[in-house]
Amino acid sequence: MNKVFKDAIEATADIKNGAIIMLGGFGLNGIPENCIAALVKHNVCELTCISNNAGVDDFGLGLLLQTKQIKKMISSYVGENALFEKQLLSGELEVDLVPQGTLATSIQMAAMGIPAYFTPAGYGTEIAIGKEVREFDGKMYLMEKAIHADFAIVKAWKGDKAGNLVFRKATRNFSTSMAKAGNITIAEVEHLVEPGEIDPDEVDVAGVYIHRIFQGSNYEKRIERRTTKI
Amino acid sequence: MALDKFGIAKRIAKELKDGMYVNLGIGIPTLVANYIPQDITVVFQSENGILGMGPYPEEAAIDADLINAGKETVTVINGGAFFDSAESFGMIRAGKIDLTVLGAMEVSDQGDIANWKIPGKMVKGMGGAMDLVASAKNIIVAMMHTNPKGESKLLPKCSLPLTGVGCVKKVVTELAVLTITPNGFQLLERAPGVSVEEIIAKTAGKLIVPDFVPEMVIE
Repeated sequence: MNKVFKDAIEATADIKNGAIIMLGGFGLNGIPENCIAALVKHNVCELTCISNNAGVDDFGLGLLLQTKQIKKMISSYVGENALFEKQLLSGELEVDLVPQGTLATSIQMAAMGIPAYFTPAGYGTEIAIGKEVREFDGKMYLMEKAIHADFAIVKAWKGDKAGNLVFRKATRNFSTSMAKAGNITIAEVEHLVEPGEIDPDEVDVAGVYIHRIFQGSNYEKRIERRTTKI
Repeated sequence: MALDKFGIAKRIAKELKDGMYVNLGIGIPTLVANYIPQDITVVFQSENGILGMGPYPEEAAIDADLINAGKETVTVINGGAFFDSAESFGMIRAGKIDLTVLGAMEVSDQGDIANWKIPGKMVKGMGGAMDLVASAKNIIVAMMHTNPKGESKLLPKCSLPLTGVGCVKKVVTELAVLTITPNGFQLLERAPGVSVEEIIAKTAGKLIVPDFVPEMVIE
């Protein structure tokens, strides 16, 4: 069993036009920078990207918007990206806006093998249109379905060659659920180590979920809003 | 005189009680964290996956791996914890978060809220707002009483696409504190020096006005 790939170019080489891809991260926090750059290089098009946000104009998923490789975005908040707005208004880009908790849970349900579930988020709003509504204990809920993807691409702080991943601070965000939900999951890590170097007590995502792993490089880790103590 | 945004935040801070777990939205709600009474402890949740969110960091302590739901660099307090967004919203849905404070474009006298979309203009997305308003035990809206055109934002019915129905418990504006009752908005307090008549004139939704409306007490 070998899960270790040389780099992002090799790990993403078989992603084809029209693929459905989940990309971990929240804003620019914990995004798979190396794989996004590789997708730009491979120039795969017509992608459906599932990601909480769409990056900013010149970083993160914004890079794939610049090159018009994305056909559809499934996100909860896309307000930081002017290019996105332009492509949306011109009809070049299709968008499904999903409440953030529903997006996270639909991905988690895919990871758990559960096809659908009920949540109160969005009841009585336009996102409820066409969805099954059910009452439990006097409260109204919408049926939401699990969200699956051909590929999940995440970035972790540390990973071992067996695929076990450890995340740092707030970078768990959507990444741990996506890592468990992909039909094929690709993990790029800041530190690739040997099996045994990660304490099993500390594993956030177990190796079974990870199909490909590689040592990432040149992380920019750009900060969207640099706020400091006044 | 009408309050400024800091005054609104100060008034909302008085709603915080010792031991509360609180989620603050972007804008005026974020300012509430600056005015927590000294004698109580509250814990802030950030829905991307932080419990025990602390203040902004010193320049030297900035960590790109640690941001809040507003994408700002933050810190974590002693006793804080990290988790993923799915768990974070599990906490919210399961009622573990005691209070949510968020902004709004419109609130109806039935407690409906609209804050995520203006048709025909840019749609930024709802983020976590729909999940928060559908599940939080207590929801306080922090907003201005009228929009920039001078039109009331407290309406009989929201005109913008809804974020949630029948969920808002209290509204704090630069003019007043109002609670939502089955019979509409009830005026609880007025800003120092603001007349009941001005509040009535600027509230389009159904408004219950008691005989005596005290002034807000803001230090």
